[in-house]
Amino acid sequence: MTGLAIAAHQLRKSYGDKTVLDGVDIAVPEGTIFALLGPNGAGKTTAVKILSTLITADGGTAQVGGHDLATAPQAVRATIGVTGQFSAVDGLITGEENMLLMADLHHLSRNEGRQITAELLERFDLADAARKPASTYSGGMKRRLDIAMTLVGSPRIIFLDEPTTGLDPRSRHTMWQIIRELVTGGVTVLLTTQYLEEADELADRIAVLNNGKIAAHGTPDELKRLVPGGHIRLRFTDPTAYRTAASTLPGAAHDDEALALRIPSDGSQRQLRSLLDRLDTAGIEADELTVHTPDLDDVFFALTADLDHPKETVR
Amino acid sequence: MSTLALAVRDSSTMLRRNLLHARRYPSLTLNLLLTPIMLLLLFVYVFGDTMSAGIGGGADRSAYIAYLVPGLLLMTIGSTTIGTAVSVSNDMTEGIIARFRTMAIHRGSVLVGHVIGSVLQSIISVVLVGAVGVAIGFRSTDATVLEWLAAFGLLTLFALALTWIAVGMGLVSPNAEAASNNAMPLIFLPLISSAFVPVDAMPGWFQPIAEYQPFTPAIETLRGLLLGTEIGHNGWIALAWCLGLAVLGYRWSTARFDQDPK
Repeated sequence: MTGLAIAAHQLRKSYGDKTVLDGVDIAVPEGTIFALLGPNGAGKTTAVKILSTLITADGGTAQVGGHDLATAPQAVRATIGVTGQFSAVDGLITGEENMLLMADLHHLSRNEGRQITAELLERFDLADAARKPASTYSGGMKRRLDIAMTLVGSPRIIFLDEPTTGLDPRSRHTMWQIIRELVTGGVTVLLTTQYLEEADELADRIAVLNNGKIAAHGTPDELKRLVPGGHIRLRFTDPTAYRTAASTLPGAAHDDEALALRIPSDGSQRQLRSLLDRLDTAGIEADELTVHTPDLDDVFFALTADLDHPKETVR
Repeated sequence: MSTLALAVRDSSTMLRRNLLHARRYPSLTLNLLLTPIMLLLLFVYVFGDTMSAGIGGGADRSAYIAYLVPGLLLMTIGSTTIGTAVSVSNDMTEGIIARFRTMAIHRGSVLVGHVIGSVLQSIISVVLVGAVGVAIGFRSTDATVLEWLAAFGLLTLFALALTWIAVGMGLVSPNAEAASNNAMPLIFLPLISSAFVPVDAMPGWFQPIAEYQPFTPAIETLRGLLLGTEIGHNGWIALAWCLGLAVLGYRWSTARFDQDPK
């Protein structure tokens, strides 16, 4: 049995009469990436704030790195690194000074501090901007500096709150690469995201948080199986071809106005080939074919429907 | 590392950060210096002759310069600490404070760094305003080395007390504007103290307020130390105010900082 880096049980938090977390359980094995997936206001940031000792929970217990949040917050702090949603860099001083500040606060010697600062700035492609004030950095650079600062103390557990929100596609891919490299060193990562694609790319396990509750959890594949949103869409311009296709594919949903068919599919190559084979055999040529994989919308529509109308989910 | 060693090390790191800020962005500190210097020049060169006659020093403004400078040195501290409230309030909105809270550092070091940094800035400001005072003719009459040290100690202690109060004001203020407004009493109180005119010259009902508010006893003590005037019980009252405000400000600020951030 591997140890759990993070184990939270029935976490609760409310602000006034608004319940933000309503009994959340989280279990993250050591050395894995765990994604907390949910829309804005689901409680992701609150969960990260509680687990990183920034705020206290109203109820529930949690151990992080084997230390209890409530009784040993300082021991928890010594094992974690946190990169919050809003950049936690000091904009008034340079990137290098920010890094040296972290080194001092981790009580590294002057030489060690200089060395790790140079290493991390190089690794995160910030060496050229090291002497410029952090307030002049672009969004992607700030986020990279933020993570570099988090890594100064070599934390075993890292919290990343929406690490790619607001980044352009290239910066996002760079960030994904950085996160993957972190776990190869045995570090545990808990990240939050609003993108299923991102959770899918990175996470070993995903928990979907909705209205302060865990709506579903599992591996990315397990989660996607819960979601019926994946389909292939065929669109026609010729009504005759559309009708022939509709009778050839009895399982498809019809959209008569757009002359389009939706065929449920997981988007795999095998299912796509078998569909194309059937179309070829029947001599049908669609004007447009798009593969639609489940996205967060589908996950949420499906999961919230499950919660609200349990009977309708029986298929 | 022992708790004390941790506290000292982390506080000095935070102090370095605050001094770096102050050195790189000195405009706030310098702007706050303008108020006491302008008032000094205004009262000496515009009102000086009249004021001098009013305090019985004859129609020569040098007597009024001697009267005015100690009060303005303490007002300089009040003015500088408005900057403390503003910069603490600004700092609390920065993400890096959240990062500090999730690190295994001495909890109070963030505030202690601000306080020591501000006290140092207050002392530098006092020296600068004092230099202007000397340049326009202020002379300390026969103060001993011990009295100079006591004067320096009083100014430092007074700066420490007001700074802790200002840190608390900065922590409870949602933004820099609110912090600046909340800290207004720190520059308003010297105006209703014995800094500009003797308390005796004020309306009778107002005299007790003017006499026992924090600035007047400190001003009278400083005058006594630098100019050899009567200190009386003002020394003890000044000391009590300084210690009381320092402890109150410290308790208030740390309690506020320990609360969950919004």
